[in-house]
Amino acid sequence: MKISESWLREFASPPGDTAALVHQLTMQGLEVESIESAGPALDGVVVGLVQDVAPHPDADRLRVCQVDIGSGTVQIVCGAPNVRPGGLYPAALPGATLPGGLEIGKAILRGVQSGGMLCSASELGLGDPGASGRAEGLLELDAGGLPGSPVAPALALPDTILDLKITPNRADCFSVVGVARDLAATAGLAFVEPVSPAVPACGGDLVPVRVEDPAGSPAFLVRAVRGIHPGARSPFWLRERLRRSGIRSIHPVVDITNLVMLELGQPLHAYDLDRLDGGLIVRRARESEPIQLLTGAEVRLDDDCLVIADGSGAIGLAGIMGGSGTAVSASTTNVLLESAYFAPSAISGRARRLGLQTDASTRFERGVDPNGQRRALERATELLLAIAGGAPGPCQAEGARAANRPPVNLRRARLARVLGEAVPDPEVEGILVRLGMEVTPDGEGWQVQPPAFRFDISIEVDLIEEIARVHGYDRIAPRPGTQATKLGEAPSTRVSPDILRAVLVQRGYQEAITYSFVDRERDRLLAGGREGVPLANPLTADLAVMRQSLWPGLIQALGHNLSRQQRRVRLFEAGVRFIPGAGGMAEESVLAGIAVGTSVPEQWGEPARSTDFHDVKADLQAVLAVVGAAGEFDWVADTHPALQPGRTARVRRRGQHLGWLGYLHPSLVKPCGLEEAPLLFELNLGSLAAATVTAYQELSRFPAVRRDVAVLVKRDTPVGSLVGAVTDAAGPALREVVVFDIFAGEHIDAGEKSVALGLILQETSRTLTDAETDNIVGGVVQRLARDFGARMRE
Amino acid sequence: MDNVESLLARARAAVAAAADLPALDAVRVHYLGKKGEITARLKQLGSLRDEERRAQGQVINTAKAALAEALDARRALLEADALASQLQASAIDVTLPGRGQHPGGLHPVTLTLQRIERIFSAAGFAVHEGPEVEDDFHNFTALNIPADHPARAMHDTFYLTDGRLLRTHTSPVQIRAMLSLGAPLRLIAPGRVYRCDSDTTHTPMFHQVEGLVIDTNASFANLKAVLAEFVERFFERSATVRFRPSYFPFTEPSAEVDVLSESGRWLEVLGCGMVHPQVLANAGIDPEKYTGYAFGMGVERLAMLRHGINDIRLLFENDLRFLRQFHATS
Repeated sequence: MKISESWLREFASPPGDTAALVHQLTMQGLEVESIESAGPALDGVVVGLVQDVAPHPDADRLRVCQVDIGSGTVQIVCGAPNVRPGGLYPAALPGATLPGGLEIGKAILRGVQSGGMLCSASELGLGDPGASGRAEGLLELDAGGLPGSPVAPALALPDTILDLKITPNRADCFSVVGVARDLAATAGLAFVEPVSPAVPACGGDLVPVRVEDPAGSPAFLVRAVRGIHPGARSPFWLRERLRRSGIRSIHPVVDITNLVMLELGQPLHAYDLDRLDGGLIVRRARESEPIQLLTGAEVRLDDDCLVIADGSGAIGLAGIMGGSGTAVSASTTNVLLESAYFAPSAISGRARRLGLQTDASTRFERGVDPNGQRRALERATELLLAIAGGAPGPCQAEGARAANRPPVNLRRARLARVLGEAVPDPEVEGILVRLGMEVTPDGEGWQVQPPAFRFDISIEVDLIEEIARVHGYDRIAPRPGTQATKLGEAPSTRVSPDILRAVLVQRGYQEAITYSFVDRERDRLLAGGREGVPLANPLTADLAVMRQSLWPGLIQALGHNLSRQQRRVRLFEAGVRFIPGAGGMAEESVLAGIAVGTSVPEQWGEPARSTDFHDVKADLQAVLAVVGAAGEFDWVADTHPALQPGRTARVRRRGQHLGWLGYLHPSLVKPCGLEEAPLLFELNLGSLAAATVTAYQELSRFPAVRRDVAVLVKRDTPVGSLVGAVTDAAGPALREVVVFDIFAGEHIDAGEKSVALGLILQETSRTLTDAETDNIVGGVVQRLARDFGARMRE
Repeated sequence: MDNVESLLARARAAVAAAADLPALDAVRVHYLGKKGEITARLKQLGSLRDEERRAQGQVINTAKAALAEALDARRALLEADALASQLQASAIDVTLPGRGQHPGGLHPVTLTLQRIERIFSAAGFAVHEGPEVEDDFHNFTALNIPADHPARAMHDTFYLTDGRLLRTHTSPVQIRAMLSLGAPLRLIAPGRVYRCDSDTTHTPMFHQVEGLVIDTNASFANLKAVLAEFVERFFERSATVRFRPSYFPFTEPSAEVDVLSESGRWLEVLGCGMVHPQVLANAGIDPEKYTGYAFGMGVERLAMLRHGINDIRLLFENDLRFLRQFHATS
């Protein structure tokens, strides 16, 4: 909410400058989000009294004015149509620079001397920025200004616009008077509620009003004002006050309702009385009832919306927005002003649902003063009569004065316990009284009666907050808590992903963080055609479904980097993927990655070659080594819809699925915007979270022997299967199998390959004899021959 | 045959002239070997009379010893030279880069999260996690934000089509922890959160760390102490901090914590407050028996302040030129 400092200070003005005021407001909970100057300094612009206006001898549209500027009279040539003798206008004298950059000097206009310039509001950087000087006319200053005095004070300048962040609980601060009231209470200033005396009625018929939903509209006041001057314009001060609050001037009646809302916090509505079909009815909307709004939009309502209706149907959304059919216009002469209290429960949520949040709905849904309707209506009437004339009818009131809010008990001990320190009784009582509460001490503390407009005071802690806020958060001394000693936990079943991240970092991967929502089509492609869970209200089409894997985001990040001359990209991400399923959706934490480019960065000591499957497999094995022994994991050839068949492995831990490694499927490379297939991996973090606790095995004191076996097998025989058979056949003496050579080509049959295995054998209780060793190796060779048709190679 | 002195002089000259170890060895053999010149002189002593033999023997032995010493000195010198040239030949260029893989790095958001977790873990805060897709109860209702509450407008929630939503804060983890563990509690809950918002200061996904302490006498004064200390630990400087009254439906009293920047501006770093009694009651904790405080901080904001990053969107572009700037020592 924007309000101007000068307006606020009319009601409460603590000592100190703008910065001190901003600090005070912020520290009482009314955060000043920004401050800006309300207007320029206007040096060299003074109040000028036009004494005489004569036609220009050579120009029909120019007039020659004699202007009293205090120190004397100067002749100023002026083009504005509204200049008249006896008028007070801003006179820019030679040497002044106007906000638009215009430097004022003595000039000769069509042969006539001009010693300055009479100014419009926009020429002074005020008023509506759209209005042009000539059409707008000169800015008429209020009578009583002293010719020659600086014009700035007459224009309430200098002034500052404060943008306050009003939190949803502080409904009472949604107005200049509300802010002033809280400011006065907090800063210890006297504060007098502004009163608007009742405007006596000048006859006039009553307008029929019926409130059918008194719970939704406990107070509903109207007053007809007939015969206003249709050509009336809002005076400068009114337009300027609205401008400084960020509201455009529209029509005097609308401007007045806006001003009263800003001043007192009570939203008002004005109808063109002649366009009403009979009287007003306040009722719930009928299901799907149509209404034509001020904005021109037609919406259909739910039956929980409160409307104002006339004989023709709904003509206004109560507390949110009026209708177009009964709005005041330039030709309006008879006006009906409405000042109502709509219960927050009857308003809240509707505006947001309809996408129609307005200044009025914001105030009503948080709660306006239930007893403030009369004052606002009188204030609006008073302003309307002064600006546009007319004959006021009687103030018609439906509903009774609001009941008091329930009293709230505040316990002294609870206050001290929550804040961590005691606040002296007199201070507590002083704070509450200054905030407009009635305070009655009782045994344990106080019984407190909050004012009707403090919707945020219902329970004890609401009062504790008020005490803390006004006492000052900064005056509560920080005090470390005391807590029972409790040691940390170190469960082996919870491996921190940070450790796994560290491994990948050491293996050359850079961590990425990508959005959890991705492009629907890209995600579907990478999930084998399965649709991801869509968002009901995505921000953009390319962030529309919850990712089924981390690959769409990583592929996008890869593309981003490839298009920025990065040739070698290794990225990983730890995050959640969202798996659609019959029971709704499952979240699964995974560690996923992508790699393209050379196996190591370009360097002098290593030949450049592309990263391949087994490079990345080694990276993943390094990750797996953090949580368990190599034997827990097995890698099997398998297929995944996003990965290239024949170049894809599923990795399992003790037979359970753990993850995938493979090249992006060739048919997806182009659709993913890439030119070559990256390696992709994904490991389920849940399956990695449990580390195996190592059980120590005694070291053998006897020598180990190594025997190498080279066999010829079919080329498609997985070496993993050979190693498995060897392990099984060799028995407990086998310590390790090393695959130290794979060869195909020269001297080897086309369909075959040579696999060289090193067997390291050792017994724990004795030295293996040559005969035993030969026996084991013989068994291994036989087994390989039997299971794989393997032949020994010389 | 020259006398012993000239023999020794000749031998010394030969030693000095020996350019390498084999040459030096040849000199040694020539003079001191079995058939060497000095050895021959010693053999000839037998033909002399006792007195002369003793005198001559002493002279020759002195010369022999002197020559042996000269040979040793020359050998040491030549060996040192040989080693030096061998070392010189085997010198490598130590300025060449090390071979093999170059490490990558962690994302600055992860680094910041790890930093926050380290600071709080040391004080006994356990790390809790919760689902990113939440229901209305845990994300809003239990946190004292009923349907139609104006505070919901501040949240710009993403919804799924079944009415569930992407959590707008990590506060639902509070509720889950209180419901499953009860009081007392001392936890932080880091994680991703989502809001329908995107500009230079907002991304639709970001990270928060929520903190919660429930105890019999947790107070606002404790909260101030913990958070003021956190800010100093996090930024590694003594910081001027202010607690400014604010509003959150799930805490009361509530505050925003601002830190005075080196340029003299107040920067909002976190929100906090005393857990609202209704929230405790919603989570099955007796608000008369226990009090609590909670706080929440935006991780991206802290990362940006710490590293001087000026556009939040950089954090999610995953541009290697950006990511590679961050060292593992967050």
